[in-house]
Amino acid sequence: MNELVFFLNNVVVSGAVAGSIYAMGAIGVTLVFSIMRFAHFAHADMMTLGALLVLALTTLFPEAGLAIGLPTAIVMLPVAMVITAIAAVGIDRVFYRPLRAHKVKPIVIVIGSLGVTLMLQGLIRLFAGTSAQSLYIAERKAIFRLEMPFELASRPVIITEPQVILFVLTLVAVVGLHLFLSRSRLGKAMRAMSDNPDLARASGINTDTIVAVTWIIAGGLAAVAGTLLSLDVAFKPDLSFFLLLPIFAAAIVGGVGHPYGAIAGGFVIGFAETLAVFNWSVLLRPLRDSFPTWLELPNNLALVGTEYKIVVPFFILVAILVWRPTGIFKGKVI
Amino acid sequence: MNRTLPVRETVLFSGLLVAVVLIYLSMGSAYSTRMLVEAACYAILALGLTIQWGYAGQFNAGVMGFVALGGFAAMFFSVPTNPDFWNTDLPGQLGIVLLMLVVSIALVFVASRLDRVGLPKRLRTIVTVVLALVLYLVVISALREVTGEIESQAGFIGGLGLPAWTGWIVGGALAGGLGYFIGHICLGLRSDYLAIATLGIAEIIKAFLKNSDWLTRGTATVSPLPWPTPGPSELGFTLSRALYLSITAVLIAVIFFLLHRAYHAPWGRMIRAIRDNEVSAAAMGKDINRRRLEIFVLGCILMGIGGAVLTSFNGLFDPQGYLPLNHTFLVLVMVILGGPGNNLGTIFGAVLVYIIWIMSEPLALFLMQGAVTLGEAWFGWDAPSNLDSRALQARVFVIGLLISLVLRYEPKGLIPEKVPEHD
Repeated sequence: MNELVFFLNNVVVSGAVAGSIYAMGAIGVTLVFSIMRFAHFAHADMMTLGALLVLALTTLFPEAGLAIGLPTAIVMLPVAMVITAIAAVGIDRVFYRPLRAHKVKPIVIVIGSLGVTLMLQGLIRLFAGTSAQSLYIAERKAIFRLEMPFELASRPVIITEPQVILFVLTLVAVVGLHLFLSRSRLGKAMRAMSDNPDLARASGINTDTIVAVTWIIAGGLAAVAGTLLSLDVAFKPDLSFFLLLPIFAAAIVGGVGHPYGAIAGGFVIGFAETLAVFNWSVLLRPLRDSFPTWLELPNNLALVGTEYKIVVPFFILVAILVWRPTGIFKGKVI
Repeated sequence: MNRTLPVRETVLFSGLLVAVVLIYLSMGSAYSTRMLVEAACYAILALGLTIQWGYAGQFNAGVMGFVALGGFAAMFFSVPTNPDFWNTDLPGQLGIVLLMLVVSIALVFVASRLDRVGLPKRLRTIVTVVLALVLYLVVISALREVTGEIESQAGFIGGLGLPAWTGWIVGGALAGGLGYFIGHICLGLRSDYLAIATLGIAEIIKAFLKNSDWLTRGTATVSPLPWPTPGPSELGFTLSRALYLSITAVLIAVIFFLLHRAYHAPWGRMIRAIRDNEVSAAAMGKDINRRRLEIFVLGCILMGIGGAVLTSFNGLFDPQGYLPLNHTFLVLVMVILGGPGNNLGTIFGAVLVYIIWIMSEPLALFLMQGAVTLGEAWFGWDAPSNLDSRALQARVFVIGLLISLVLRYEPKGLIPEKVPEHD
């Protein structure tokens, strides 16, 4: 049974962690696309920016979390979300809105967003250096070991504190987003603008407000995702190019412009990655004695090595573009 | 059309010439010639991108991948053979794995056609996928075994010991083949997809080259790479670099001439028509996706050649040395600043931006040192120790800012594309 526990630890838990982070990133990408019609390449750097802000705040007040009993980074997260959201709106005002006003092709705004990516990267590395840093400064990461109720399983399933917080926050974000989009006036206006911008404008919806709200949601979620990713592993200033591909793949798999699809796509990509790098021969090991003798099982049955993890989202992206460019939830074809 | 003296071009190019002369006077001829050779290699890359972005409006965000592929080809073909590898039975084993790969691909292909003999389509799909998965696992585990053996016994498989220019040609061909694969998938869709896919493939190529120690020595790097011209040990730095520069100059001249002819030919008009108004071009009976694929592959071939020439000149194949900033975004800035769609403007942009880029390194360090001195004197600021690497990060910011500013204020570049008007 230890093999099953190994499977739970390496596939179910880590797949859910990666999936939640990709999902939160992909929601932002997909919302920005559905409102402004361009692929926002600076999104992964917004995530890093959010994490950097949390790092800075945690360094300033390392003891703040003790009073509440949560990691300090989580206490600082709302502040960082607000700042990141403001930064996102500001970036849009300064860099993207003039381009939109010039009525350029969407691909030019995509290039503009690459310019923003580089600027954010430069600033982040200027302030944070290039090495990895832990977000746990004054406290230690709590680790929960869940003993399995089977006789044969001697190893526990391991979940860390940031992972639990991540699952809770993902759930809150998804439910909150659903309520916002389906119940509130602004959310309905956003959906209207996503479906038909001209009609939305003609029916008296203030498109500037909608654009700002989109950036606030995207920036806030990016800060959450970036912080929790950094809490789970460590803060790295050069995450962005490795996050971009899975996030875009998630948004496209779910159907671009489709927030619920982005969530599903995020989990599809997250689990696909962990399943692909999982060494399947571990699961087959207990059955080894019952195999015929001519079948010699290699020690490593992983589909791809961990160093080639980035191939997985790319492969899924290519497959979905070939067979179903609208994504599994019938989004728009960008 | 009335032909007047092109004032703008003359002024800009004279300015560039003055800058180059100043650098020659201040930095010495060996250094400056090296800079010019590298700028010329970048000009080939920029010409590749200007075809894709300027002529056809396709945005390739993964120039780095094609450069790395070209560099790999240059390394693989020109480096001397490795007797530790060829004198054992390892080549045979590697050949068997490759044979297995070919057979597996053929089997999967046959399985994918099973519906022709009456199998239901759904069943065929399941059979194909399962077969592909099993064969993939078999091949990959065999490959892992052989490559592990190669790494432990011979280090890496070495090169082929051929002249460097064969590697350049194959580099272009490899990059073109990869471009065909990506373009085939993405070009029918909106241009954002192409950007995402190229960005991804660039990282994948880099990961592959970095981790395939048996093929490229990975992080251990391969050097020296032979030049097609006599090296510095025979002629001295300046003269040998000048010879290399003349080769790249001939290459650029040939590419420039061919592109110039193509641009003004009916083919070029067709490409511009597709860029500017896809719907009416389609209505005129142009095969849009095919033309797009043509131009994308052409651009990728140029990038592969440029990457190969650049890597050969550096004399060092280091997969980790290929960075998105140096090999994708720098080229992008060259193209959009110089003038997308204008070959002359692109070459101008390449040389200008490369000079600024090279000169910005000492400048960034100098500014940062100044800031530290002031900070220490005024506020008693304790500067972090890794300041040099941080100062270089400032260049990332400047490149990003440059992209944003150019797009906002000078979207057509310094030497804009001249679309001929016919009354």
